[in-house]
Amino acid sequence: MSKINTLEDLNKAKKRGLEAIIPSKTKIMVGMGTSGIASGAQQVYDALAGEIKKRKLDIILSKTGAMGMDCIEPLIDVMQPNKPRLAYSKMTAKKVPEVLDQIVKGAVDGVKPAYRMDEEDFICLDEKKPYVKGPVSKDQKDIPAIGSVNFYKKQLKLATRNCGMINFESIDEYIAKGGYFSLYKALTKMKPEQIIEEVKASGLRGRGGGGFPAGVKWETCRRAHGDIKYVICNGDEGDPGAYMDRSVMEGDPHSVIEGMIIGAYAIGASQGFIYVRNEYPLAVANLQRAIGQARECGFIGKNIFGSGFDFDLKIGKGAGAFVCGESTALMTSLEGKAGEPRAKYIHTVEHGLWDRPSNLNNVETWANVPAIISRGAKWFTSIGCKNNSGTKVFCLVGKINNIGMVEVPMGMPLKDIIYEIGGGIPGGKKFKAVQTGGPSGGCLPIDLINISVDFDALWEAGSMMGSGGMIVMDETTCMVDIARYFIDFLEFESCGKCVPCREGVQRMNEILNDICAGKGKEGDIELLESMSQGLVDGALCALGSTAANPILSTLKYFRNEYVAHVRDKKCPAGVCKALIRFSVSEEKCTGCGVCLKKCPTECISGEKKKTHVIDQTKCIKCGVCKESCKFDAIIVE
Amino acid sequence: MKTMKTIEKTVKDIIKKYDGDKTAMIAILQDVQEELRYLPKEALTSISKKMEVPLTRIYEIATFYNAFSLKPRGKYLVEVCAGTACHVQGASNLMDRMERDLGVDCGETTEDKMFTLEEVRCLGCCSLAPVVRIGADVHPHLTQDELPKIMRNYK
Amino acid sequence: MVNFIIDGKKVEAEEGKTVLQVARANNIGIPTLCCHESVAPTGSCRLCVVEVKKGKRTRIVTSCLYPVDEGIVVDTKSERVKNVRKLVMQLLMARCPESDVLKDMAKEMGIEPQPAFHPETDKGKCVLCRLCVKACEDVVGVSAIGLIARGKKKAVGTPFSEDSMVCIGCGACAYICPTEHIVMESFGTKRKIWGRTFKMQACDKCGRYFAPVDQLKFISQKTGTTMSDLVTCISCK
Repeated sequence: MSKINTLEDLNKAKKRGLEAIIPSKTKIMVGMGTSGIASGAQQVYDALAGEIKKRKLDIILSKTGAMGMDCIEPLIDVMQPNKPRLAYSKMTAKKVPEVLDQIVKGAVDGVKPAYRMDEEDFICLDEKKPYVKGPVSKDQKDIPAIGSVNFYKKQLKLATRNCGMINFESIDEYIAKGGYFSLYKALTKMKPEQIIEEVKASGLRGRGGGGFPAGVKWETCRRAHGDIKYVICNGDEGDPGAYMDRSVMEGDPHSVIEGMIIGAYAIGASQGFIYVRNEYPLAVANLQRAIGQARECGFIGKNIFGSGFDFDLKIGKGAGAFVCGESTALMTSLEGKAGEPRAKYIHTVEHGLWDRPSNLNNVETWANVPAIISRGAKWFTSIGCKNNSGTKVFCLVGKINNIGMVEVPMGMPLKDIIYEIGGGIPGGKKFKAVQTGGPSGGCLPIDLINISVDFDALWEAGSMMGSGGMIVMDETTCMVDIARYFIDFLEFESCGKCVPCREGVQRMNEILNDICAGKGKEGDIELLESMSQGLVDGALCALGSTAANPILSTLKYFRNEYVAHVRDKKCPAGVCKALIRFSVSEEKCTGCGVCLKKCPTECISGEKKKTHVIDQTKCIKCGVCKESCKFDAIIVE
Repeated sequence: MKTMKTIEKTVKDIIKKYDGDKTAMIAILQDVQEELRYLPKEALTSISKKMEVPLTRIYEIATFYNAFSLKPRGKYLVEVCAGTACHVQGASNLMDRMERDLGVDCGETTEDKMFTLEEVRCLGCCSLAPVVRIGADVHPHLTQDELPKIMRNYK
Repeated sequence: MVNFIIDGKKVEAEEGKTVLQVARANNIGIPTLCCHESVAPTGSCRLCVVEVKKGKRTRIVTSCLYPVDEGIVVDTKSERVKNVRKLVMQLLMARCPESDVLKDMAKEMGIEPQPAFHPETDKGKCVLCRLCVKACEDVVGVSAIGLIARGKKKAVGTPFSEDSMVCIGCGACAYICPTEHIVMESFGTKRKIWGRTFKMQACDKCGRYFAPVDQLKFISQKTGTTMSDLVTCISCK
């Protein structure tokens, strides 16, 4: 890699990258994000490599990040000159020879691709490049176009624009998508103040959960006194059920890096840190590689693009503490200490890391910056809704058909995300709630299914945007158990510095455990409510002051379930073990004996072809009988 | 058990890698743990002496972060994911089953030092929920019934 | 100087002072546990919360950390404030049911224990105010004790709960402890703290055993004073 100092150099790299993105020969890309690998992408990659070598095929084998539709992984994309790009879902090593046969023949038969793409979007360059010149051939037309796939139909990918599209190992491919052109523009054509104005005008709000206007933050940090300032990327994505930041760090690390360099220039910072969660080794590896490439090209280092601006960037690794997602705790951790938060009466933009002005934004926020600089604030505000411009990336998980990462314009009605993109609830079950905002957020019930998904509407409804986890729950989810789950999570993750959080959350957990164990007492619900207010007002940091949200929102919308647990000693959803009982339906049981064999405590008896019986004294309610019964004959009540 | 000599050498090399930078303490402990598979007392004492950082500060860090272990772990780390998506798909039943089958509580190591059972808060493989990670392998869409068969593959 | 209102009273205060400092200077009582003039405040006990109105925004802040500001209106006894203090006291009383200091404070504040909180048995009288840790690190400069673990398992102690080789037996931790959790036993020529027994130095003038030898050695090393200059107790000097 050679230094890129001028626009000419940048254009040369772009040309190389374009040839790699849309090559003049066949290319196969394997989706190799963490979830792709977990579902077997490495085996598929190895099989492809082996088979290509064996058959001596002239095919480029490449890696890419996650496109988002995790439920159909492992995913490979096949590109042949002047043909639509074809995506093969749920790939296995076994299917590899057949797919290669199709490629050689140039015709689709047998294994059918999930969808096809006819063109590629170059968001930052405001252009679309067709894969096919002229009309799409007849056999390819039968394959659904990506625009007709419900999961993708309503999505708009800005922050995740390159995820699943480019090889995350190639800086040229990133440049070909318009990458580092924004940096060039910012450093050679814009003053720092102009950049801040642009970001302010774009209305970009912090995607980490708080939704604070990024431009305003940058401006305060720029104005803060101090020669040394820092920019920090919060990649400590700890909310359970949220992994969009990981997908961006893994699949498009340069977008974060470029955003940070632009931000650093605007603020007047010469050092940056990316704090990545311990559980994300692949993200660290991909970021590390990308930082090395950016340094070799001269995007990191001295006198970037001859502008006189110097910048260095380092990675700090977390060590397993959810509280380090809180900005002051994160900075304490970066300093090499136990990550306890501190009071924020003096803001971190003035006194942050090592007591110096520090500007912290999360991964998704930084990734949006290059697009805003390239396309302008006006374009960005044309997307989304009032006071909520742009898009938001969500992880749609839980009891939903299409599990995956989605990016939609803000303000989209929740029902579109759940029913259209998500494809509704599996198994014909009823939607009960969606949990957003992680442990600081809340649960939204069916009555709010039309809610506009934006920072303000979610906040008003007693939840919050959070970093973007969306966990869908159906009728078999117990809402008291969910509240207990989050409180238990927070009890484990509380740093223990302040009394309300350390002791209070522990007491709330005890009360909720009692309620779920059938030992709830009159007055417990009211006590939880009054403790919640004490936490909101009394806790030191946001972890503690929002800790009660899962309780408050479930109480607000599902109070009857609490009452059922406390007063009637019943768990309506059939989850809380102390309040349920397993039995066998005489009507449905065929006496097949599967449950009898699987029961770990041997508490099921019965002759073949006769209704079986569960011995209640020995049953531990593990539920294996219900899981294994093919006739739905196990009753839980 | 590692010998005192190995521990000393590991610690020395790793501190050198970070130029003895006190702000890199977390990274240093991570590297030491990766080498030695846990943080022996001797390693922490040695770091304290070599870097001139009070042992209390190092012990504070080593006990604050979840990733650090002061006890030797088993050959395989068995992590039952307790992320929200896994939880709503029945992860707690998987944990109960693991505890019963391995005969240890969460956080403990089996007597034969083969497995250490832990809970992990979200591996980010929500589309594969519920998952269990054993060593480096993520096992997707698990039912408690499948666990014994899977565990037999780890020897 | 900044001017503001606290409990309806107009006050003037130096910039940089905290609300707690100004309140106390004006004879307004605010309960605290983790605050001590010799160490920097951490805001961990949350008893000192007050309600502050700044512009349109009203919020609960910790007065030991919150710097005074022109035009703010402080209420040290609002309902929200009382609710937080009540919760904190009830939580601490459940944590340390043996503590007379807490019982007396609660009585004064008119707070009863919360019967739904099961009293703990293994925490002693430690409220985790961390004054001892701060004193040992920042005032004495020894760092013999520190914080251990996090969340509900958090505790104060020596690494690996073993006798500390660096402890000098000065007893600063015991003196600063607001709830008398840290026990220091003195018996003539010896003193026992954190499991270790220290030999005491007798004053060369009056013969009183006034300080641990280890402490004097530490001072000698740190300041360069010879040991012979340190063996006289403060009253004979």
